[in-house]
Amino acid sequence: MKSEAKARPAPRPRGRRLGAFVFLSPGLTYLVVLLLAPLALVLSYGVFQRGRFGGVVYEFTTENFTRLIDPLYLGVVAGSLKIAGLTTLIALLVGYPTAYVIAQLPPKWKTIALVAVVLPFWTNFIIRVYAWIILLSGPGLVNSGLEALGLGPYELLYNQGAIVTGLLYSYLPLMVLPLYSAIERLDPQLREASANLGASGFTTFRKITLPLTVPGVLTGCLFVFVPSFGNFVIPEILGGNKSIMVGNLIRDQFLKARDWPFGATLTLALIAVLIVLLIAQAWAARRA
Amino acid sequence: MRRSKFLYVPFWATYVFLYLPIAVLVVMSFNAGRSPYTYEGFSLKWYGELAADERVATGLVNTLIVATGSTAIATVLGTLLAVGLARYTRSKTLDALALMPAVLPDLVLAIGLLVFYGMIQLTLGLYSVTLSHALFSMAFVAAVVRTRLSNADASLEEASRDLGAGPVITFMKITLPQLAPGILAGALLAFTLSLDEFVIAFFTIGNAEPTLPIVIYSMIRFGVTPKINALAAILLLVSFTAVIAGQRMTKIGERGSRAQD
Repeated sequence: MKSEAKARPAPRPRGRRLGAFVFLSPGLTYLVVLLLAPLALVLSYGVFQRGRFGGVVYEFTTENFTRLIDPLYLGVVAGSLKIAGLTTLIALLVGYPTAYVIAQLPPKWKTIALVAVVLPFWTNFIIRVYAWIILLSGPGLVNSGLEALGLGPYELLYNQGAIVTGLLYSYLPLMVLPLYSAIERLDPQLREASANLGASGFTTFRKITLPLTVPGVLTGCLFVFVPSFGNFVIPEILGGNKSIMVGNLIRDQFLKARDWPFGATLTLALIAVLIVLLIAQAWAARRA
Repeated sequence: MRRSKFLYVPFWATYVFLYLPIAVLVVMSFNAGRSPYTYEGFSLKWYGELAADERVATGLVNTLIVATGSTAIATVLGTLLAVGLARYTRSKTLDALALMPAVLPDLVLAIGLLVFYGMIQLTLGLYSVTLSHALFSMAFVAAVVRTRLSNADASLEEASRDLGAGPVITFMKITLPQLAPGILAGALLAFTLSLDEFVIAFFTIGNAEPTLPIVIYSMIRFGVTPKINALAAILLLVSFTAVIAGQRMTKIGERGSRAQD
């Protein structure tokens, strides 16, 4: 697009200004009113007091932030980091070889394999999670399979393992796609050269393939981690009453406890974690 | 190139993992028995019960209302925004702003909107959900249309302007016809996303009659019944058909535009 901008003679200023106004103002207005203003509002709510029936009383307080450092809440944040991190790690370990194999398939099968990875992603999210209640429950299919092997039955539902399974099931496609496009872009000659020079398959992978696909790895990890970390639906459906994540805590502050200022503070903490991750990702991508 | 056999293990495992739950859902929806775990023979009775469930019917109608409304808003705003960003500014900040609703976690968007609607004292209902869905759909439409726009031939637009047409005429006569397949793809994406969206709808619906994903959510919380499986099977069929049709349409669109060149 850059070259096209250069090649184009600048339109007459009047037409340009009119065009910018006509095309940009409706969408930008929508973004300012429904995105920026609400976010600014959430950011500011953290320093105010809660109203008696929800909402907010505009009196300054730091109470919400001191509450945030309470071990109870920090524990929930740490637990969510652990669950989301574990999900991301497993997704990477399964997703990388999958993407690698897809990238080597003949073109026709490649398309089919890619569509097949994305297809479940387009079905209703709640229903995909629901399927795992049936699979993981006491008399469900997974336990029947384990029993056939002489194992189990185990308590598979309503624990952290079930949450990780549900998150993995929901977001694995988001790991495979960026990995696939990173691996696909690799020049096969690089790997051939490495093999011709006597490197083993694993050495080639470690020295050539992996370093060159690091940006794809980082993008995939971010795509899986972000929706996992802030999730409240999957922990609620598959995690039972004991396990809660930051998302559940936030949801409860807004819809049950009606403590909007504290909910806003928790949302801030969530955004802060994500911003740190984004910065770390950008930094790592630049070094790669 | 050498292909290691052991890589095929995680490859196939991924597909089994992705499709086993779906297969179980569909098979169990035809179960004659009450249990969602043991198959007791073929029956369509759960589909019958589903058809008789008024909550599901209302939910479906509400979902379609929201999806139609938000897609209409998002398609118009998103297309204009894409053209504006590609042709009338080079600001990276505005680019990032336009993508933000698609990138931010849905929970953050949902809370922002809930708090905002609360402050302006908007009564929550289907229209607040529609406005909210249009926000993230617009970002997706803008992104899809922009990809199309960067492949479109800008010299045609220049020629039109050199011949004295203003930005609006140029847009209507030159840009829009070139963008049509991209706009259609964006609209389809927006519609599908809205149909399935749960978190934002859940926060911004208030006490109004819920959309279908919220109905499903409360059914699940109430307990598992094969009726949910029947609903799941139908929704699966609908989304799979839509995705494959969308795929075909994009291909035909691409071929058509290449034929025009």
